[in-house]
Parts: sequence; structure tokens; C-alpha cells
Amino acid sequence: MNDFFRRMRRAKPLLILPLLLLSGCKWALMDPQGPVGEAEKSLIFTAVILMLIVVVPVIVLTLVFAWHFRASNKKAIYRPDFHHSVPIEIIVWVIPCLIILGLSILTWKTTHELDPYKKLASTKTPVQVEVVALDWKWLFIYPQLHIATVNEMAMPVGTPVDFKITSATVMNAFFIPRLGTQIYAMGGMQTELHLMADHPGTYQGLSANFSGDGFSGMRFNAIAADQAGFDAWVKKVRASGQTLDAQSYDQLAKPSENVPPAYYGSVNGDIFYGVISSFMGKAMSMKTPSETTTHSSSMSGM
Amino acid sequence: MLGKLTWSAIPLDNPIEMGAVGLMGIVVLIVLGFVARYNLWLYLWKEWITTIDHKKIGIMYILMAMVMLLRGFVDAIMMRTQLAFSHGASHGYLPPEHYDQIFSAHGVIMIFFVAMPFVIGFMNVAVPLQIGARDVAFPFLNSISFWLTFVGMALVNLSLAIGEFGQAGWLAYPPLSELKYSPGSGIDYWIWSLQISGIGTLLTGVNFFVTIIKMRAPGMTFMRMPVFVWTILCTSILIMAAFPVLTATIGMLTLDRYLDFHFFSNDGGGNQMMYVNLIWAWGHPEVYILILPVFGVFSEVVSTYSGKRLFAYTSMVWATVAITFLSFVVWLHHFFTMGSGADVNAFFGISTMIIAIPTGVKIFNWLFTMYGGRVRYEPAMLWTIGFMVTFTIGGMTGVMMAVPGIDFVVHNSLFLIAHFHNVIIGGVVFGCFAGLNYWFPKMFGFRLESKWGTRSFWFWLVGFYFAFVPLYALGFMGATRRMEHYDNPAWVPYMWVALFGACLILCGIICSILQIVVSIRDRKQLMDVTGDVWGGRTLEWAISSPPPFYNFATTPVVGDAEPLWDAKQRGTIEREARDHYEDIHMPRNTGAGFIIAVFAGVFGFAMIWYIWWLAIISVIGIVLTLIIRTCNDDIDYYVPGEEVKRIEKAHFLKVASLETEKQHAD
Repeated sequence: MNDFFRRMRRAKPLLILPLLLLSGCKWALMDPQGPVGEAEKSLIFTAVILMLIVVVPVIVLTLVFAWHFRASNKKAIYRPDFHHSVPIEIIVWVIPCLIILGLSILTWKTTHELDPYKKLASTKTPVQVEVVALDWKWLFIYPQLHIATVNEMAMPVGTPVDFKITSATVMNAFFIPRLGTQIYAMGGMQTELHLMADHPGTYQGLSANFSGDGFSGMRFNAIAADQAGFDAWVKKVRASGQTLDAQSYDQLAKPSENVPPAYYGSVNGDIFYGVISSFMGKAMSMKTPSETTTHSSSMSGM
Repeated sequence: MLGKLTWSAIPLDNPIEMGAVGLMGIVVLIVLGFVARYNLWLYLWKEWITTIDHKKIGIMYILMAMVMLLRGFVDAIMMRTQLAFSHGASHGYLPPEHYDQIFSAHGVIMIFFVAMPFVIGFMNVAVPLQIGARDVAFPFLNSISFWLTFVGMALVNLSLAIGEFGQAGWLAYPPLSELKYSPGSGIDYWIWSLQISGIGTLLTGVNFFVTIIKMRAPGMTFMRMPVFVWTILCTSILIMAAFPVLTATIGMLTLDRYLDFHFFSNDGGGNQMMYVNLIWAWGHPEVYILILPVFGVFSEVVSTYSGKRLFAYTSMVWATVAITFLSFVVWLHHFFTMGSGADVNAFFGISTMIIAIPTGVKIFNWLFTMYGGRVRYEPAMLWTIGFMVTFTIGGMTGVMMAVPGIDFVVHNSLFLIAHFHNVIIGGVVFGCFAGLNYWFPKMFGFRLESKWGTRSFWFWLVGFYFAFVPLYALGFMGATRRMEHYDNPAWVPYMWVALFGACLILCGIICSILQIVVSIRDRKQLMDVTGDVWGGRTLEWAISSPPPFYNFATTPVVGDAEPLWDAKQRGTIEREARDHYEDIHMPRNTGAGFIIAVFAGVFGFAMIWYIWWLAIISVIGIVLTLIIRTCNDDIDYYVPGEEVKRIEKAHFLKVASLETEKQHAD
């Protein structure tokens, strides 16, 4: 089967020219900038090719049969009692079964490979980023660097980024189309996502799950830069005198729309786990981050 | 006294909403004026509002669906217009809070008050006739079902004039739909209109399940049921299994909102994903509740207009049954991005793909039904061929999204929007138009003319591709659903093409309306005298159009899956009235269903506005009406055999005179 897919991949350009044309233009999903997006793009191609094996004949046969057997065509045979044929029935059950079998194997394999919780293979130490969805902006906290930003984040090229994601409000979905996979941000819960950018650039990120009035403006820039560029960015953030603590977080958490990027040069306390535990009852309210809050106590992935 | 209801609930400051309210008011006034002018009050009450005749209830369902299609379409074209303009510095003409109501209402109306009533309408019209029954098993219950659905629809539309509609999407995911984030009346309108109409649908499911199990004509074994009946049997099972889940889920959301429970809230131990799981445990079977009946319609249509028996009947039946069961084990594919593990995602992805197998088999069977046939291009057949091509594409994009790795990038994008419109328009809507063209003569006694019908089909088909292919592309560009503004200038041309497509669909809708108007005008020429205008194969075509109120003068005996075709082949069709007919036992009309539904509507309105005394009174009203109805023993009567004979004789005479006329013409 693996061999089959490899051969399919090689035959791709010939098989679906139209889709190939799409990949020429700057369509986010057809122009991925990281390994996750690359794998997903290739998966789209493979799945479509497999299905076209049955889809194209069905469409062609529909049109051909409908035209050839039109009532006015006296040359066409009329077989009003032709309503059963073992060979045809075997073919129409077996071919879809085989294709779905192929797709199922592909699905099982890729679902495990592309599991958002799976760490990406790399020799570099991953960058940790905690993401909080707010009404209606994104808060990014870099726990290793003790900085935080709003509606802008950066990552070094070629280094995996480990996202931990939650929401301080309603459900959102964290999505950077050109890097791949999105995942929900849910209040009181933590999800994880692992992405990596292979090429420098600024990629738009957004919320993919409707969250109310300010939803359309809930966009951010994800900047991928080389190590020097990333360090410069961190320096720039540090240079802002703002501190993210319980007070400034409360200020930030108030609903606002189309929020421009903002920087916090330092972070005071474990804001991210404070947000999650704020829904867990008064004892663990975020204003007094509890010592007992551990990473494993969050309800990730249910 | 009036709970939360104040004058400020009427959106006087919103010209668009007030315009819509005014327009609706004018339409209602015109209808009422017409009724008053010709003094049709009593006629309406006696013949329609109190009717428990499945054929009339079916017609009312379909009429409601068609009117609501217009409302839902206005929402659609407003959204497309907004997105054509709202980019960069321009923010279009709809503020977010209005746009959010529009897409929520569009989804709710199109699914619950267009697609559902349309297919339930066909169930009502066709199932009892196809199985040779007098009516459904519980005619009074059927009347309640319809009026509850009607009242749910009325509440949704009332939200335009008083208060607002939900702004949390058609499925109102919490926590956004919790009181904390949606304090207005919108979600409450959503809750009560769905709760009330949902109960109506559940009762319909029970009714048709029993009808099909218990009331088939002698000789009609399960494997001799028309495929449409099979699909409705499976649909009824789905309704009975799935709708209680909807009722319970909305019930829990209601407790959250009204009594500060914490089923789905962020805090207090609530779990929003529980709601999402539950709502899709109903929602995915719901998709098949819509599509299975139209699969049945297509099966009837393709066989009738090809002049051939359906290819591989047994295969078709098993494919339908397989889809019924599988539809309950795929719900998680609506939220692969929740963060469940790879095993769970892969399981639901694969189970979803497996549905493609029986569905694919169905398409092949329709294909081979045309093979060796004499395909007549009546509008119903055009819709069917259009469906086969369009739905195949929609099926392919559906299987794409069933692969979790692909879904991760297209979930909640415009690609998803394109996909489900591809299967719902290309499947359900095309199927409803096919069914409308096919059964219209059975409902009204004259057929729909085909010229405007054909134009409508082409506008819809081409319009669909123009409207939704750009959305597939936009999904690949990273455009999400439900946004009312965007910054990417590259998306603009695609949005305009989509708007153009919506305008073509508008032309299709206008053609459909003209088709009906022209057909009513020319009804004499389009008259269906024999009752078998298409060369039908199933029992509904064996009786006059429209059928007499008692349906079959004598209970048919069935010896084949296509009883009428079989009778035609063997020349055993009755050509004149019998000398003697048995008395026919019929249920009496009753206004109880309507009255109960009106109380239910008042109850819903009272709950939405926290008017507790009114809610209590309306519950008492419902209970009292039920008790009074239960105590009424005069609920049935007998049609004398002589009366049946007179009606049957008149029909056969008409058919005979038409035949002599034809011979003279030759």
C-alpha cells in the first residue's frame, strides 16, 4: 500500500492538472510554509486522486447514459426489465469498497502522523507558547521568555513551536492557515498544537470558530524569522515597559474589537493556568494563582 | 406583567428589519384580505385548519416550505451582498450583530422550516398512497405535528418584529449561547421555536413508523415496499432515535439559561463539548433525515421517467438501511479539531467514509436504471440528473473532510460551507423540486408545465456552481465561515462571483414561481384526468388525481414491488366502478391539533419574554384541550358505499370520456 501511495504521488502532476494549477497561486492551503501544512496539502491531493477514480466515471456515465437513452433516440436499446445484474452489482459494491479501504488506511496512518498533540521531529528545542482566546483578540504568552503579546506572535524558522491553547471566553479555534492544523480554544480546558515554519514570512492567523460580534477582526500576525530576527523581535517586546499581571490581564480581557498588536515586556504569575483554573471554582481563582495547579490537572482533550 | 417585554423590543431603529417586518405584514394582510373578500374563513377552518387528511397536511407542509424558502433565500442574498462589499476599509451595510442573526436564521430556517417540512410534506402526500392506506396511523397526531411545526416557524419570524433572533449560529454552541454571552431574547427564540417544532417532528416520526409497519396493503411485504417508503421508514427510525436527543440537549441549555444550571457553561463544572457532542449526535442523523427521503424521491423519479424498473432494488434497500445505522456513528467528524486523540479521530473519519460506499452504490443503481431505459426529460428527471452529478462532487468533498488531516485545515472554512450546500442544495433541494414536479399532479389534479420548470432547473444548477465553487476556493485561501468582514483583497473577485451565482439562483426561484403561476392559469390543458400522468409504477398513480378523500375505494392487494406497473402489464387495471362498495370508516376533522399548537406558540412566546402567568395559562390550555379531545367519542364516521360508488363512477366516466375524445382526435 505504501508503495502504491508513493507511486500515486509521483503520478500526481499528470493526474490532476487543475489542482496543480491552484498550487501555483498563493492559496494559503496550497502554499504551506511548514511541515504540517505540507503533509496536509499532500494528503488533499492523494485523497482527491483516489476518489476521482470513481467520481469521474460516475459523472461521465450519468451524462452518457442520460443522453444515449433519451426517449427520442430510437437507436438505443429498450430493456424495461433489465433491473438486476450480478456482475454489475459486484462491481458497484467492490470498487467503492476498495477505494474506501485505501482511504481508510491512509486516514489511519495520517491521523496518527498529523495528531496535533504529537511533537514535531527536530533537533532544536521547541519554543513554548501559551495562547489565550479573549473577546476578541489573541493573547500569546512565552513562558520561557517571560514576555507576552497580543495579536502578534513570532517564531524562529525551523524550530518547532509547542502551543498550549485555552479560552477565557467562548469557544474559538486557533488557526494559522499557511502552517496547517487548527484546534479549538475552549474555556476551562487546554488543547495542544505543534507547528513549525520552514520559511521566513508573516502569516495571518485567525479564529476559525465563530465567537460573537468581534469575531471577524480576531486576526493576528504570525511572524516566522531566522534566529537573529526572532531574537530582535523578543528584544522589541521586552523593550515595551508593560507588565502582564492580574490587573493588566483583567483590563485586557474586557471585550474589544479589531485590536492592534500590543507587547508586554514581562509577565507576572502563571496567567495561562490562572485562566483555566478561573473556571474551576473560587478556591483556584486566577487572582491568587494556586500552587497546586499543575499542567496535568487541566482537562486537555477531554 | 409582561416580563422582559417592552416597547424597545421592537427594532424601530433598524430600517432593514422594519422593512422586512413591513413586507411580511403586507403579505399577511393581502392574504387575510383575500380570505375576507371571498369569505373563505369557514372554508379555511373546515377544509384546512381542522383537516386530518394526510394529503392536505402534506400540501400545507410543502406550502410552508416554499414560503420559508423565500425568507431563507433573502437571508442568503443579504449575506452574499455583505461579503461582496465588506473588505478593507468598507464594512458593508450590515453590522456584526445583525449579520450574525442573519446567518443563524438562514441556517435554522433552511433546515427546520424549508428542508424538513418539504420532505415531511412528501411523506404525508405519498406514503399512505404508496402503501394503499386510508390515512396515516394517527391522523389527529399528524395534525398536531403540522401545527407545532407551523408555530415554530411563526416564532422564528416573529423574532424579526419583536426582539431579535439568535446570534450564535444555527446550532447555538455554548458558552456563546449561554445567558452570560447572549443575554438577549434571540437564543430563547431559537430554543422555543426548535423545541416546539422538534416535538412536532418527533410525533411525525412515530406516526410514519407505525403507519408503514402496520398499514401496508395486503401482500405488500417489506421487500415489496416502494423505495420511497423504505427511505421514509428509515427516516422515521432516525427521527425517533435522534429527535429526543435534540429535545434533551435544548432542554439542558434551557435550564442553563433560565435556572442557572451549569451543563454547558465554562464554569461550575459545565462542559461545552458535551453540548457539541450531543447536538451532533442529533445533527448528523438529521442530515440523513433530510437526504434519505429525497434518495427515495430520486429512486421513484428515475425509474418512472426511464420507463424501467429500478435497478437492484434489494441493493438499494440494504444501502438505505446501512446508511441509517452508520449515520449514528459519525457525529464526531463535525469537530475533529476538538483535540481528541488520533484513535478517536481516525475511527470517526473511517466510519464516515464507509457511508460513502452505500451512497456510491445508490448512485450506480440510479445510473444503471437509466441504462436501457427511455429517459424522458421532464423537469423532475432533469433535477435528478443534476443531482447525480452535483451530489457526487459534494460527496467527494465530504469524504475529503472526513479525513481528519484534511479537516484540520478546512474545518469551519468556506470550503465546509461549499461542501454542505453542495449536498443540501444538490441533494435535498434538487430532490424537493424533483418531488414537487413529480407529485404535483397527484396533489392538485393538474401537472406543472415544463418550460418554466426546465428554466428553473438550469438557473438553479448553473447558479449553484457559480455560487459555491468560489467558496471551495476561498476555503483553500483560508477564509472562514461566519465572518462579516475581511482584509484580503484577493478574495473580492471570488465573493462577487458567488454573489452572481446567488442572483442566478434568484432567477431560478422566480422561474419556479412563474412555473406554478402559469400552471395554475393553464390548469385545464395540464389536467391529469387518469390519475396516472407519468406512466407511474406505484399505487398512488392507480387512483384519481387528486385522490378522493378516502384514497382507495377498495383496499388494493399487492403482488409486486411495482403493483401498478404489474397490473398494467397483466391488464388487470379497473376501468369502471364496481357495483358494490363497502362503507368506509373515516376519522372526523378536529380543531384540537390547531388549538394545542396555538397554546404551544403562546407558551413559547411567554417563555421567551419571561411572562410566567401567560406560560402557565397556556400549559393549562394545552392540557384542557387534550382532555376535552380525549373525552370526545364522536371522532369517526362511515362513508356510505353508495357515496363511494358515486365518486368512483364519476372518475371512471371522466377517464372514459377522455379516451373517446382521444380516439376522435386520432
